[in-house]
Amino acid sequence: MRNRDIQNTVAVFKREFLAYFNSPVLYVIVVIFLLASMGFPFFFSRILDSEDVSLTERFFVWHPWIYTVLAPAVGMRLWSEEHRLGTIELLLTMPVSPWQAILGKFFAASCVWLIGLTLTFPIVWTVCYLGEPDMGPIISGYTASYLYALACLSVTCAVSAITRSQVVCFIVSVAFCIVIALIGDPGVTQTIVSTTPDWAEGFVRFVSYFSFMDHFFELTKGIFVMRDVLYFLSVIVVSLIITHLSLRAKRA
Amino acid sequence: MIQVKNLIKVFGTKVAVDDISFSVEKGEVLGFLGPNGAGKSTTMRMVTGYFRPTSGSISLCGIDMLEKPEEAKFRLGYLPENAPLYSDMTVASFLGFCAEMRGLHGAARNKAIDRVLDLCFLDSVRNQSVDTLSKGYRHRTCFAQSIIHDPDVLILDEPTDGLDPNQKHEVRGMIKRMGQNKAIIFSTHILEEVEAACSRAIIIDRGKVVADGTPESLKKLVPGANSLDEVFRSITKPDTAHKKAA
Repeated sequence: MRNRDIQNTVAVFKREFLAYFNSPVLYVIVVIFLLASMGFPFFFSRILDSEDVSLTERFFVWHPWIYTVLAPAVGMRLWSEEHRLGTIELLLTMPVSPWQAILGKFFAASCVWLIGLTLTFPIVWTVCYLGEPDMGPIISGYTASYLYALACLSVTCAVSAITRSQVVCFIVSVAFCIVIALIGDPGVTQTIVSTTPDWAEGFVRFVSYFSFMDHFFELTKGIFVMRDVLYFLSVIVVSLIITHLSLRAKRA
Repeated sequence: MIQVKNLIKVFGTKVAVDDISFSVEKGEVLGFLGPNGAGKSTTMRMVTGYFRPTSGSISLCGIDMLEKPEEAKFRLGYLPENAPLYSDMTVASFLGFCAEMRGLHGAARNKAIDRVLDLCFLDSVRNQSVDTLSKGYRHRTCFAQSIIHDPDVLILDEPTDGLDPNQKHEVRGMIKRMGQNKAIIFSTHILEEVEAACSRAIIIDRGKVVADGTPESLKKLVPGANSLDEVFRSITKPDTAHKKAA
């Protein structure tokens, strides 16, 4: 039985992964991702003018904002498309549990990002050529970046289970990713605290703790690694549980 | 092989399926008749495990659909209404995916694909993208998917919808042949089809079973009726009559 579970997940994964490569959307997204993630450090962060060969401040710092827009673009088709085509009726009347389908699809989207992120290797090669960077922060930076992408993807996955329109899914997911990134910004938190009654301050600070941003920057610095990795993993798990619940609600 | 007992489905305040019970044995082809919105598709979606019934029980080959859905679905082939397909795949890769989901791998998978491509006359479009197929081919591709694992139970929601007369004839013949060693339910609006392919028929109206019997015995239900058509019209009330009554 266990073997069957894995085979089902793999079958869904394979279909979904190949579907990405059959559509032009993926290539467009990867190209934009590479242009943005490689271009910003050179043109805005002036990475070549700085004396700093670590990537944290000039390369990874852009990633959350790039993912905010591009991760929903990758994830929006996951369930919306199934609803729109009606294939969800086929998929869920096959001997596959909803969890196997959810995981198969999520892993497929995750692998797509892994490929995108891997293709940024020339920047690592560049800093290695120019100086002698500490590899530790680069590794933790990539880990943080990938986890951030997965968190955005899982949120998109949950939204796509609710709507049959990819456009609605995209807009709602981007909005959500922006909000969850912004609430952790000290300036934003300060503004909200100063405009809300005093008694709400604790609540505002509590909510801001759930922002992706803080955890992302902690991770890129390589401090308290386990805590922040667990944070991102729990965001992913919760989002996938929400996906499961909304798929079930749709069929009830 | 298919046992359905006291099935009820309520959407909000609307009762879509109201206490339906029936059973289909091996070797039987059950025709599912009824006006639009009578609850045919909803019933089929519950029997296939897509919708969860509000109450009632479903078992396929003695396996309870609500308790062991994955095992029950293993025995099942299903052609949903409108024949949905993954538009980014080719016919062969789509069927390959469906075979894998049904637990067929390697050589068994390829054999199953060849078998259904042949059975459903799809060989000529084997490597064509599903997106570019005409309606008849799309329908047959989805039909092929439902029989790829040679299931004991086959549920077909309007299998002849959108086919030309030759294809309709072909599909009916196929259903009749397969009906000899499977339990089949299929829904349709076309009454000749029931006489041509079914060993039994059920007429559903507003969520309730209003007639159940062989096509011959159904004709005797209404005195003076010469065809199933007349029987159908006299026992299912048209929407307009319903509105006047309300």
